[in-house]
Amino acid sequence: METLEPILAAHPFFEGLEPKYMQLITGCASNVRFEAGTYIFREGEAASRFYIIRQGKVALETFAAQRGSITIETIEAGEVLGWSWLFPPYRWHFDARVVELTRAISLDGVCLRTKGEADHDLGYELVKRVAQILMQRLQATRLQLLDVYGVHTRGGL
Amino acid sequence: MTANIPDPMLPQVYRVQRVRREIPDTFTMELEPADGSDIPPFATGQFNMLYVFGVGEIPISISGDPAKRKPLVHTTRAIGTVSKAMRELKSGDVIGVRGPFGSQWPIERALGKDVLIVAGGIGLAPLRSTMYQVIAEREKYNKVVLLYGARTPEDILYRREQERWRAHFGLEVYVTVDRATGAWHGSVGVVTKLVPRAPFDPFNTVALVCGPEIMMRFTAAELEKRGIAAEHIFVSMERNMKCAVGFCGHCQYGPNFVCRDGPVFQYSHVQSLLTKGEI
Repeated sequence: METLEPILAAHPFFEGLEPKYMQLITGCASNVRFEAGTYIFREGEAASRFYIIRQGKVALETFAAQRGSITIETIEAGEVLGWSWLFPPYRWHFDARVVELTRAISLDGVCLRTKGEADHDLGYELVKRVAQILMQRLQATRLQLLDVYGVHTRGGL
Repeated sequence: MTANIPDPMLPQVYRVQRVRREIPDTFTMELEPADGSDIPPFATGQFNMLYVFGVGEIPISISGDPAKRKPLVHTTRAIGTVSKAMRELKSGDVIGVRGPFGSQWPIERALGKDVLIVAGGIGLAPLRSTMYQVIAEREKYNKVVLLYGARTPEDILYRREQERWRAHFGLEVYVTVDRATGAWHGSVGVVTKLVPRAPFDPFNTVALVCGPEIMMRFTAAELEKRGIAAEHIFVSMERNMKCAVGFCGHCQYGPNFVCRDGPVFQYSHVQSLLTKGEI
């Protein structure tokens, strides 16, 4: 039977990870599918999984009174959804609403966290990879905050 | 014998054919020479100096089809004295035009290669001419990809035209906005986020980037990370151009005059200047 290992191994998030760890991670993985309009998780819920998005689009949203749902960013094919499973208090910070039919590989974060505690080499690898995503998101958020298309830019004559 | 070349400092009188509102604050003007002649040939990426009589003159990139002899098309944002006065012009009003001036997008360097166009906000205006040219010569290039970022869904420039481009078999168009509500079904995030998943071969791509300077800086860094060499990335700079012919020095940018040596520069030539607060 074909396993998810080659798909996971080809993903940038797991690039270069030792085969023994890939096997272990594959054991915590399953294929999932979410219909448009559904929620993968909600703000405040326990964060026990994360997702390698293979196809589709997921909006990270938060609700603001009198403004409704605001989309912070979308997570799309090739990206990783969710890092709250790795850091206390293990709660989601945003809603994850499915914008388009989404196919993903779901990974059991609790299982990986436990194995990472037992094997610090694996734990370090996971933290490094999640930190890379955090850095990219932070950089993107900084650029968003700069409001680069505001009136102080191009065409101001 | 003297060649019949117009004095570059003397505005030619054009008549406004149409002023079209694009998005809040941004409008497109279609102009034709008042004497009925054709507009001078221009290359994509070049700009004109547009003179609202009695108010002032500003540089604006040409955003029309270079293959068409009329009209002359400019899109700009009404946020300064001159551009606000320009927005109030009506069909039949006259305006002064000098140009075209400046360097062009080096689209000939992309022959047989992938063309990646990255635009942010109103930065799509100077690249729309290139889009027209690339579409007209589509068979000369490999993949053609447009990555476009806007502030909100309401700020997407040339929206209908982008939809047509998206439907075009030979074009890949990806749009993202910095912020949105749940009613928007497209991508949300900065334009640089589109770079890692865009379908192009970084080792066989020419990238043309236009938008706010900080957006171009971050985009170029992302393109380099993906593997495009700085020599194959081109950016369009904006400075306070006055004479447009390299005399006055208002637009000096390091060793360059943006009006004469730019506005389109090879990224590797200006890379070190982009992070300097003062030059």
